Amino acid sequence: MHRLPALQILLRGVLLLTLLVGPARAALDEGMVAGFAGDFQSRLDTIEALGVAGGAEGGNEARRVLDALEAGALGVAGGRVVIVHGDTVAAAATGEALDIAPAAVEPVTVNNRVRRALATARAALALSSADRGERLAAARTLADNTGETLLPVFERALASEADDEIRGVLGRAAARVYLASGDAARRLKAAEMLGESSDPAVKNLLAALLAKNGNDWSEPSAEVRAAAEASIRAIDRRVATAEAVGTLFSGLSLGSILLLAALGLAITYGVMGVINMAHGELLMVGAYATFVVQGVFRNHFPAYVDWYVVAAIPVAFLSAALVGVAMERLVLRHLYGRPLESLLATWGLSLVLIQAARVSFGPQNLELANPTWMSGGIEMAAGVVLPWNRIVIVGFAVFVLLLIWLMMQKTRLGMFVRAVTQNRPMAGCVGVPTARVDTLAFAIGSGVAGLGGLALSQIANVGPAMGTGYIVDAFMVVVLGGVGQLAGAVWAALGLGIVGKFLEGWAGAVIAKILVLVFIIIFIQKRPQGIFALKGRFADN
Amino acid sequence: MRTPFTIRLIQSMPRTGWIALALFAAITWIGVPVAHLALPEGHPLYLSAYTVSLLGKILCYMVVAVAMDLIWGYAGILSLGHGLFFALGGYAFGMYLMRQIGRDGSYQSDLPDFMVFLDWKELPWYWAGSDSFLWSALLVMALPGLIAFIFGYFAFRSRIKGVYFSIITQALTYAAMLLFFRNETGFGGNNGFTDFKRILGHSITSPEMRVTLFALSAALLVACLILGRYLVTSRFGRVLAAIRDAESRVMFIGYNPLHYKLFMWTLSAVLCGIAGALYVPQVGIINPSEMSPANSIEIAVWVAVGGRGTLVGAVLGAGIVNLAKSWFTVSFPEYWPFFLGFLFIAVTLYLPDGVVGLWRKLRTRKAELPPAAPVSARGATTATLPADARPGVQPDATVMESGAPSIAAAKGATA
Repeated sequence: MHRLPALQILLRGVLLLTLLVGPARAALDEGMVAGFAGDFQSRLDTIEALGVAGGAEGGNEARRVLDALEAGALGVAGGRVVIVHGDTVAAAATGEALDIAPAAVEPVTVNNRVRRALATARAALALSSADRGERLAAARTLADNTGETLLPVFERALASEADDEIRGVLGRAAARVYLASGDAARRLKAAEMLGESSDPAVKNLLAALLAKNGNDWSEPSAEVRAAAEASIRAIDRRVATAEAVGTLFSGLSLGSILLLAALGLAITYGVMGVINMAHGELLMVGAYATFVVQGVFRNHFPAYVDWYVVAAIPVAFLSAALVGVAMERLVLRHLYGRPLESLLATWGLSLVLIQAARVSFGPQNLELANPTWMSGGIEMAAGVVLPWNRIVIVGFAVFVLLLIWLMMQKTRLGMFVRAVTQNRPMAGCVGVPTARVDTLAFAIGSGVAGLGGLALSQIANVGPAMGTGYIVDAFMVVVLGGVGQLAGAVWAALGLGIVGKFLEGWAGAVIAKILVLVFIIIFIQKRPQGIFALKGRFADN
Repeated sequence: MRTPFTIRLIQSMPRTGWIALALFAAITWIGVPVAHLALPEGHPLYLSAYTVSLLGKILCYMVVAVAMDLIWGYAGILSLGHGLFFALGGYAFGMYLMRQIGRDGSYQSDLPDFMVFLDWKELPWYWAGSDSFLWSALLVMALPGLIAFIFGYFAFRSRIKGVYFSIITQALTYAAMLLFFRNETGFGGNNGFTDFKRILGHSITSPEMRVTLFALSAALLVACLILGRYLVTSRFGRVLAAIRDAESRVMFIGYNPLHYKLFMWTLSAVLCGIAGALYVPQVGIINPSEMSPANSIEIAVWVAVGGRGTLVGAVLGAGIVNLAKSWFTVSFPEYWPFFLGFLFIAVTLYLPDGVVGLWRKLRTRKAELPPAAPVSARGATTATLPADARPGVQPDATVMESGAPSIAAAKGATA
C-alpha cells in the first residue's frame, strides 16, 4: 500500500484538481475513475473523490459508477476501468460500449473498507439531494467520518444549504476538521463554531485542546484556548438544559401514570372511605385486557395491528370496571363502615387476582409491542429523547382527566357522587340512591384504573405483580391531594412524579423514594387534609 | 390504697389462663426438649430438627401476632409495617451472628463475606460493637423501638389514623425494603445474612442450641402474654381502649392520646424486634424480603383469623395460618395465594371476631342464652372503630351504617 506514496499524492492532487476545475459534462472524466485500476489505497481515494466531485456536477454519473462498484459489476480490463452489463462491457467513465469480453474483466473487490468509503461517498453525493431527510442523514454520516479531503464538500454544502439543522451538523463536522488544521485562525473559528453544538462528544474534542502535555498546552494559542473554554461552557449549559427538560418530561409522564392510578382511587376512597388495596390489580387487569386485544388483532386483523391500542381503550375500561363491580358487590358492600377490615379484604382480593393472572397467563412478563406510531421520539439534544409513547400517555391522561372532570361536574351521576362523598346520610335523605352510586362510582374508578393499566402496558413490563407497586404511590397522591379532590390529585400526581424524578437523578431511585415518603409524612404533619382541603365543617374530623 | 403489683398481675388473668400458660410452659420447656434430645429417632413422640425449628419459628410469629394485637386489637391502630420491626430485630442480631462466623467464611476474612465480595476494607460505623452479644441484644430492642418511637411520635402527634396510618406504615416498610436491597446499605443486599455458625461460641446447628432457642421463644411468648394481659387489664389498657373507641371524647376528658398510643406502639415494635432476633438463628437467614409489605399484612391476618382484641386469639391465629401455610406450600404451592386471599376475605366478611369470636358465639348458643344477651365488649368496639378510622369522611355516615346510634350521637356532638 505504501509502495508509491509520491505517486498517490500526485494522483490524489490530480483528481481533486480535475474535480474542482469543473467537470461540467454528463460523462465523467476518464481520469476520475482511473484510480480503480491502481492499488487498494488509490481505489479508496477514487471512491472518495467521486463522492466529493459528484456533489458539484455529474452526481448521477458518479452514482452510476458507485452503484456498479457496489453491485460488483465494476472491473478492470486492459488498464481501463469498465462496467459489465450482462454480456456487454462499457467504459466506466463515459458509458461507451467496448469490445471486451466480460470474462476478461477482473472485478474490483468490495471489502469492508471499500464499503465504508462507498457509504461516505454516497453521503457526500446525497448532500445535494432535494429531500431534506436524505441530506440530514447524509450530513450525519459524514460528520462521523470527517477527513481533510471532505472539506470541499462541507464548504460547498454550507454555501447552498438553507436548513438550520443540516447546517449545524455540517458546520460542526467542518469545525472538527479545522480544529486539526495548522492555522491558528482556522482553529479559533472552529472552537467558536463548536460552541453551538450540544453534543457531549464535541465537548471532549474541545476539552482535548485544554489538556496539558507536560508544561505545554496541547493548543499553543491562548486565544483559541479561551474560545474553546467559552464553547465548553456553552455546551454544558445547553446539555444541562436539555437534561432538565428530559427529567421534567419523564416526571410528567410518571405523574400521568400516577394520576391515572390515583384518579380511580380518589373516587372510590372519596365515596366510600375504603382504600382498595386491589386497585393496583385493576391496573393489571387493564394491561392484560390490552394484551388480549393485541392477540385478537394479531390473529384476525393483522392489517390494523397498529390500532389495537385504540381498540383496547373500551375493553380495558370495561373489563376493569366489571372486576371492580364484582368486588364491590361481593365483598366491599358488606364491609361498609369498617375501613380497616376492608383494607385486609381487598388485599386478599389482590392476592387472588394476582394468582389468577399467574395461573391463566403464566408467571412471566407479557410481551406487548408499541404500535409503530408510538415508537421513536423527539430528540431534544444528544442523548435526550422524548419518546412518543410517553408523550401519547401524557395526552391520554389529560384526556381521561377531562372526561372524569366532565362526568363529575356536568352529569347527574357526578353530582350524586360528589354529594355522597360530602355527606352520605344527607344525600340519602334527599333521595340519592347511595348504594347504586357506590357501585357506579366503584365501576368508574376501577375502569379508570384499567385505563391506567393500558397506559402502563405501553411503557412498562406487564406481569401478574405489576400493580402492587402502584397502590402505595397512588394512595400517597390521594393523601397529598386531599380526599375527593380532582384538582388536588392532579397537582399531587404531577408534583410527586416530577419531584421524584429529579430526586432520582440526584440521589438514585431508592433514596428518592424514601425522601418522597419522608416528605409526605412531614407534609401531613402540616396539612393533614391534603393540599386542597375541604373547607367548612366537613373538614373537621 | 392500691393493690400491690403482684396481686394485680395475678388478678389480670383468670385461673384457667394461668393453668393454660403453665401447661404451655411445661410442654415447651420440658416436653419438646425431651422429645427432641432424649428420645431415639424412631420413637413416635420424637421431634425432628425440622419440626423443632418450624415450631420455634411459629412461636416467634406468635409473639409478633401478640404485639400486633396489642396495637391493633387494643389501640385500634392497624399497622401494615410490623414486618419492618421484626426484620430490624433480625438484622440487629444477624449482625452479631455474622461477626460470630469469624474467619470461617468462604473468604477467611474478619469481614463478613458479602463485604469482602464488595471489596470493602473495613466495617461501616454502624457495625461497631456488633461483635458484642450484649450490645447486639440491646440493639435488637433499641433499634425497632427508636424507629417506632420517632415515626409514631410524628404520626400520632398529627393524629394520623385509620387507613392513612396503615398505608403510611406500609410505605415505610416498603421504603426500608428497597433500602436494604441495596448493596451499599451494608446489610448484604439481596441475600441478606446467612451461613451463621455459632452464638456465644456454641454451634448454631447443635440440637442443644436448637432446643435452647425454641425454649427462649416459648419463654418470650409467655412473657408477652403475661405482660400484654397485665397491660390491657390495667388502667392504661382501659384508657387505650377508650381512645380506640372514641378518641375525641377521651381528649375532652383530659387525656393526651399521644402518650398512650406511642407507648403501646413502641412496645409492640420492641416485642417484634425481639421475636425477629430469635427467629433469625432458627431459620438461619434474614433478607430484605422479610420487610415486604405482603409479610406485614399477613401478620394482620393472623390476628384477624384468631380474633383481634383477644391475646389468645392472636396466638391461635398465628399458629393456624402458619401451620396451614407450611402444609399448603408443600402440598399445593399453586393454591396457597388463593387460600390466603380467600382467607382474608372470608375472615373479614364472616368472622369479624375470628376463631375466638366464633368459639364464644357457639358457647353462648350452647348455653341457650336468650338472643337479647348484652352485646359483648368486642361487638361494640368493632362498631365504633371505623368512626375514628375514617378521616375525611363524615363519621356519622359510617356509624349509622354499622348500627350504633348511641355512638353516632356522641360523634355528632364532637363534629
